[in-house]
Amino acid sequence: MLWLISICLLAAVAAPFVYRFFPRHTGVLLLPAPLAMVYWLFARLPEVMHGHPVVQRFTWVEGLGLEAAFRLDGLSLLFALLISGIGSLIVIYTQGYFKGHPQQGRFMMYIIAFMASMLGVVLADHLLLVFIFWELTSFTSYLLIGFNHESEAARAAALQAMLVTVLGGLFLLAGLVLTVNATGSWLLSDIIESGAALREHPHYLPILILVCIGAFTKSAQFPFHFWLPNAMQAPTPASAYLHSSTMVKAGVYLLARLHPALSGTSEWTMILTGVGLITFLSGAFLAVGQHVLKRLLAYTTVSALGAMVMLLGVGTEETIKAMTAFVLAHAFYKAALFMVAGGITHETGGETSVDKLAGLRKAMPFTFVFAMLAGLSMGGFPPFFGFVAKESWLHALGHYPLLIVATVAGGAAYVLVGISVGFKPFLGHMPEGLHAHEMPWSMRIGPMVLGGGSLLLAFFCGTIGHALVEPAASAIAGDALHVHLHLWAGFNQYLLISIATLLLGIGCYFVRPVFLKTALRLHPLVKAGPDAVYSLLLKSVLRFAGWQTRLLQTGILRDYIRITVIAVVVLVGAAFYRAGGFHGLEELSPVSVRIALVAVLMILAALVTVSSRSRLRSILSMGVVGYSIALLFSFFGAPDLAMTQLVIETLTVILMALAFYHLPTFKHGSLKRTRAIDAVLSVGVGVAVTLLVIAALHVHTPTPVSDYYLEHSYKEAHGRNVVNVILVDFRALDTLGEITVLTIAALGGYALLKLRPEKGGES
Amino acid sequence: MEIVLAIVVGTLYGCGLYLMMRRNLVQLIIGLALISHGANLLIFTAGGLRQGGAPILAEGDAAFAQIPADPLPQALILTAIVISFAVTAFALVLFLRTYQTVGTDDVDQLKETDT
Repeated sequence: MLWLISICLLAAVAAPFVYRFFPRHTGVLLLPAPLAMVYWLFARLPEVMHGHPVVQRFTWVEGLGLEAAFRLDGLSLLFALLISGIGSLIVIYTQGYFKGHPQQGRFMMYIIAFMASMLGVVLADHLLLVFIFWELTSFTSYLLIGFNHESEAARAAALQAMLVTVLGGLFLLAGLVLTVNATGSWLLSDIIESGAALREHPHYLPILILVCIGAFTKSAQFPFHFWLPNAMQAPTPASAYLHSSTMVKAGVYLLARLHPALSGTSEWTMILTGVGLITFLSGAFLAVGQHVLKRLLAYTTVSALGAMVMLLGVGTEETIKAMTAFVLAHAFYKAALFMVAGGITHETGGETSVDKLAGLRKAMPFTFVFAMLAGLSMGGFPPFFGFVAKESWLHALGHYPLLIVATVAGGAAYVLVGISVGFKPFLGHMPEGLHAHEMPWSMRIGPMVLGGGSLLLAFFCGTIGHALVEPAASAIAGDALHVHLHLWAGFNQYLLISIATLLLGIGCYFVRPVFLKTALRLHPLVKAGPDAVYSLLLKSVLRFAGWQTRLLQTGILRDYIRITVIAVVVLVGAAFYRAGGFHGLEELSPVSVRIALVAVLMILAALVTVSSRSRLRSILSMGVVGYSIALLFSFFGAPDLAMTQLVIETLTVILMALAFYHLPTFKHGSLKRTRAIDAVLSVGVGVAVTLLVIAALHVHTPTPVSDYYLEHSYKEAHGRNVVNVILVDFRALDTLGEITVLTIAALGGYALLKLRPEKGGES
Repeated sequence: MEIVLAIVVGTLYGCGLYLMMRRNLVQLIIGLALISHGANLLIFTAGGLRQGGAPILAEGDAAFAQIPADPLPQALILTAIVISFAVTAFALVLFLRTYQTVGTDDVDQLKETDT
């Protein structure tokens, strides 16, 4: 599995080059990468069907217990097949959609990189790996939504999608870490097997909430749903792939994956069913008021994702089966409809509104046929797979009349949208000025396979149910289920409900203008929803950043020093407070008079340096400080230091005296208040540093490296002066670095002195 | 003894910082130099004061008879002295040029790139 994902990543890297050399066949040439995955998945299907997951593990970082662990079970297989199968179609579709577009190579790269990341999410068994791939999908989604980066709306939508999903990702990470703490394993397969351990853990509720926030942001659940319709700024191939059939289902996948470990509590049922139901209904309600093709589809995607979460929340065997079948049905019809919508816009020169499209059947007969098939499947008309899934859904909710009513209402919206996208643009008379032609073959294959598939799957629903839905549903439930999907389940109440939904939906379609008007009237209310909260939050964060930047970054050196000083004093003080004072003060060496005299001299000299109004006096008293340090060095057995200090101090004083000849006298005085504040701060730092030095006295490393130097400098380096041996032998490279710094400073100083602004042409 | 030196180090830091917060470029450099002195003395004191003689092996001996002063802080400080000299010298030249080019030595006026 690692290899197949790597092949996809390699294909992504290769895409721009392939496009460069074979601009007209990029999609076809890149197709082998996703097809290899499809082939491999089908080859593993028999094993997985019999309940034997395929496991692959590679040691990654042994010391950290980090493994590149992959696992293919029924659930992973279903999702991976959708990802790589629809991915193959999208790659071909992109070739036609972006024909002649100079940036096609870049788009291909993003979309295939996304495919690899998404495959990683569903195949990875190690939680960290899942998280990394999860974030990679957010990142590639950002690149794809913002593909048309010259448009401000696209950039804003891309940023919004990324901020929402990545923020959710952080919550998810916290949830995953808590999960690992509770179960003791990073492997999903262990966590699923852990039984009730997680449910009975005291951290169960925080884990559930954190994981849910991660999943809900990714899968556009209320109140995080707003990013998905905005993400329709992405080019259609990306919308068809990421934002309908794959990425947005990652959250559903994760909840389904963790279902055996987390479900079965009232919290799980309440959160998932509640949020799912609200999302399902609000998505459906918002969808019917739309007239832009892609937004119609986007809101129904939000709604469908809500339905999946709701079915998971109820969590009976039947609802799990229904959800799995619905995932399959939805992926087929929604991707097909998106490709049709993109095709219509592409071939009519940019028309996006359903209300301005009509009579395309003559110009686009082929598109019409498959749009119709997908639209009917979406509405849940027999004999399409959408109908099969909807039937099992209704059947599963048999004991929940409230949810049945909601399903009828939402289902009617699906019928309306299915007709609006699958039929409306093709029927009637073509308006004046609308020109259209058929999609190229590369763009037809996708709708053909997926739209046609929506019909075909229904006729083979028994086999599909057994081969794909059953292993996936079993993996979600955590034990073996038997799935029997029927196209004709007999004449029963659910069939009647289905027919009622269809009729209601068709009726709604004919009063669609009413919905549009209502939506227009409700527009301000919708605008004040979560999207507005997001903008407000984003704006406040930016405003806060601006405010604190203006506060801290004044451009005045004194302010920077003050902030640093305050931070030092506070941090050192806090450390002292926590450490609780000093230790080991009894080992101090005795006070000697000559050293005390030198110390007093130094303090006096330093104070003179500060208070003097004359430059020369300042420099000289600074020199006194330097020479006194040299004295101290010589008292404490450091003759080398003393000599160096003497030489350097002399040089510094001479250099300063020379330079100050060219500089003015001290003429800029500060206010008395400023001086007082600075004095207080300086005293604070002085005290903090003093305390720090005293506290540092008792810190001794267990085996000081100095002993090694003392012992070996003569034996190995044949030098009697240990300090010199350290500098030129043991740590010779450090000394080389020091010399380099000196050289750079010297060169820089020389260059500055030689630079003549008037000749250099500057200021 | 250590406490006396600790007070000296603190004084040097305080005085150095106070000078760095003044408006004259010259005072800024002197402050920088004072803090460098303080830092060197800090390392020296914190490294432990041993009045056991210099870490230099007498002619003819193969090992130290008694433990001498710690050579490691000394090696560090030797490097630090030289580097701080380089920094001070470079800052000096830089400020000199700044004054000649911009025409002011008031730090408060040097807050924009185009002054």
